[in-house]
Amino acid sequence: MATPTIDRQSSTESTTQTISLVKGLNLALRTCMERDPKVLVMGEDVGKLGGVFRVTDGLQKDFGEQRVLDTPLAEAGIIGTAIGLAVRGYRPVCEIQFDGFIFPGFDQIVSQLAKLHYRTQGRVKLPIVVRVPFGGGIGAVEHHSESPESYFAHTAGLRVVACSNPVDGYWMLQQAIECDDPVLFFEPKRRYHEKAQLDPTAKPYPLFKSRVLRNGTTATVATYGPMVRTCMDAAIAGAEDGVDLELIDLRTLSPLDLGPVYESVRRTGRLIVVSEAPSESSIASEIAARVQQECFYSLEAPVLRVTGFDTPYPPAKLEEGYLPDLDRVLDAVDRSLAW
Amino acid sequence: MSSPERWTQPQPDGTVAATAAKPSAEQVIAGLRATSEGGSELVQLLTPEGERVSHPEFDIDLTAEELRGLYRDMVLIRRIDREGKALQRQGQLGLWAPLLGQEAAQIGAGRALRPTDMAFPGYREHGVAWCRGIGPKEILGMWRGIDHGSWDPMKYRFHPYTIVICNQCLNAAGYAMGQRFDGKVGDSDGEATMCFFGDGATSQGDMHEAFVWASVYDAPLVFFCQNNQWAISEPTERQSRLPFYQRARGYGFPGIRVDGNDVIATLAVSRWALDECRTGNGPVLIEAFTYRMDAHTTSDDASRYRLSTELEEWKLKDPIERVRVHLARTGMADSDFFESIQAEADVMAADMRDYCMNLPDPPAERIFSNVYAEPNPVLDAQRDEYLSYVSGFAGGDH
Repeated sequence: MATPTIDRQSSTESTTQTISLVKGLNLALRTCMERDPKVLVMGEDVGKLGGVFRVTDGLQKDFGEQRVLDTPLAEAGIIGTAIGLAVRGYRPVCEIQFDGFIFPGFDQIVSQLAKLHYRTQGRVKLPIVVRVPFGGGIGAVEHHSESPESYFAHTAGLRVVACSNPVDGYWMLQQAIECDDPVLFFEPKRRYHEKAQLDPTAKPYPLFKSRVLRNGTTATVATYGPMVRTCMDAAIAGAEDGVDLELIDLRTLSPLDLGPVYESVRRTGRLIVVSEAPSESSIASEIAARVQQECFYSLEAPVLRVTGFDTPYPPAKLEEGYLPDLDRVLDAVDRSLAW
Repeated sequence: MSSPERWTQPQPDGTVAATAAKPSAEQVIAGLRATSEGGSELVQLLTPEGERVSHPEFDIDLTAEELRGLYRDMVLIRRIDREGKALQRQGQLGLWAPLLGQEAAQIGAGRALRPTDMAFPGYREHGVAWCRGIGPKEILGMWRGIDHGSWDPMKYRFHPYTIVICNQCLNAAGYAMGQRFDGKVGDSDGEATMCFFGDGATSQGDMHEAFVWASVYDAPLVFFCQNNQWAISEPTERQSRLPFYQRARGYGFPGIRVDGNDVIATLAVSRWALDECRTGNGPVLIEAFTYRMDAHTTSDDASRYRLSTELEEWKLKDPIERVRVHLARTGMADSDFFESIQAEADVMAADMRDYCMNLPDPPAERIFSNVYAEPNPVLDAQRDEYLSYVSGFAGGDH
């Protein structure tokens, strides 16, 4: 299947190229590093190896060890020193190797990264991007498949975004690096090698805006990251059965941009929020609360959440059952319709 | 003075070492509590009795004017500290973290810094703040609950107070890496960074990571540990088997224990350490051996966990008194000088008190200010809703 409809206006044959998400992110880093000498890339194995997912491939060779830092193996150190570098005027882009490894850096993220701008009444800006490959579906061992985004959306002072496809990866990462606030940038690792057509001359879609990917009338599905593809598959399958889903890629998780969701739910009367993360106190829960408040009289059924379960991420042989898939999404649509 | 290699050599015999055999409690305490009277490794240039002594590696020449300046700094900052405590006791401040007893450590380190250097404090560094040009008024805001930190960090090159123990050490390591990346390290005109923390902070994981990062990136960073013997109620033997300064050896950089109640020695060692960093031989660890003569904060009751005899012993090593004796005995200052400094301190304290009591409460919308550098429509909506709610009360006041 082709990647969701992320076509850019006025693209021409000569400027478009086929890229994977990994390539899109790599190009974004390269572009930013060429544009601004203050942009640094730092993390474990990001230099010579090019990152375990190769997102930083070739950057150290071209920009040197002082701009692409193979750091000591310590996440608090990565975040904590990035903060000092940002105070000094740099714009560090940190890579956390896997979602489940971000927690040693949690203290620095929550206590310093999120709060220094507030503490100094705006005198100190921390334009730091923390890239986090996240989510499951790759048959990994423990701590390699988690979806920790809600912790960060719950923390004032941070911005949290999730890209879902190569073109968004290319643009959103550049926009995140240009943002003067700290941005937690979640990358769907199981979509790293999916491909799309990129036109680098196109006008990028704004970073902190959600986006309607498919218009529909039966029900609204709001999702982000790796589940966008899953939900697009569900929408295509549903269409064959006469279920016409409207699909929204949230893209920004903090701040949420729910205007398009409200507008959609007022038409469809039904909302299903889909996410790999556990549902309790999650992004999906926050959306459900806000939509019932804003669209109370438009709702024909309660907002339903299709999420990972409220368990630790299970062993790989069980992840197929844990992760929301096309059938669970369509089952939720059926339950909403039958309410 | 000496190359970093010196500090990575095997330890001399008789040093309390981290060996496979667990040292006895007596050995641990003896190593940790090697007081300022003794210990061949402790750098001291002015004895508690006010006698100027020499040191083969870390001696400096100070003019009478410089010495009087250090004395003035210490008297003023002690007066500010006592006024801060009094204001808390009178309900004008929510909390105060006293520095009583640590004046020499802070002034010695603070006066070694150049304007182009950077400093990262904990939350007790009022003396270092003073040396950076930040007066008592700007320190009051956070303790009164007006703000979380009043000063402009880059104007003074003095980071905001950091309350989470040891977080600032990693931030300082990153800043110092930046100084190196900027090409500001390599000669005597170079830049350096100093970060301040206590004996309790040395147990944090951030401490280990900051030591690792600073060392592998050759960061121009002076780690300045004020070992004031107590982390709230926990003595140093709860944090380490080994004197803290010796930990540096394990990371491959110099560690020096200085008499933290000796402003001359602290200044000398700090200047040396900063110069090492400027020229590219960083990092360096300094353990300033001192004593927290007051409680941890105004919310603490030190009588619950330590004997008053300990305080009495340390009063004999008071950092200010020894300079006063030295100045008087050598004729570098007379009673008029001492009286004029005390009068200046009293005026400053009165001014600080007056300023504090007239500080207006911040407006309600400040809750929402500067959470983000760029617009956030979700937060803006929450703010507007709250301000609308507040304005619904008669007179806008409730």
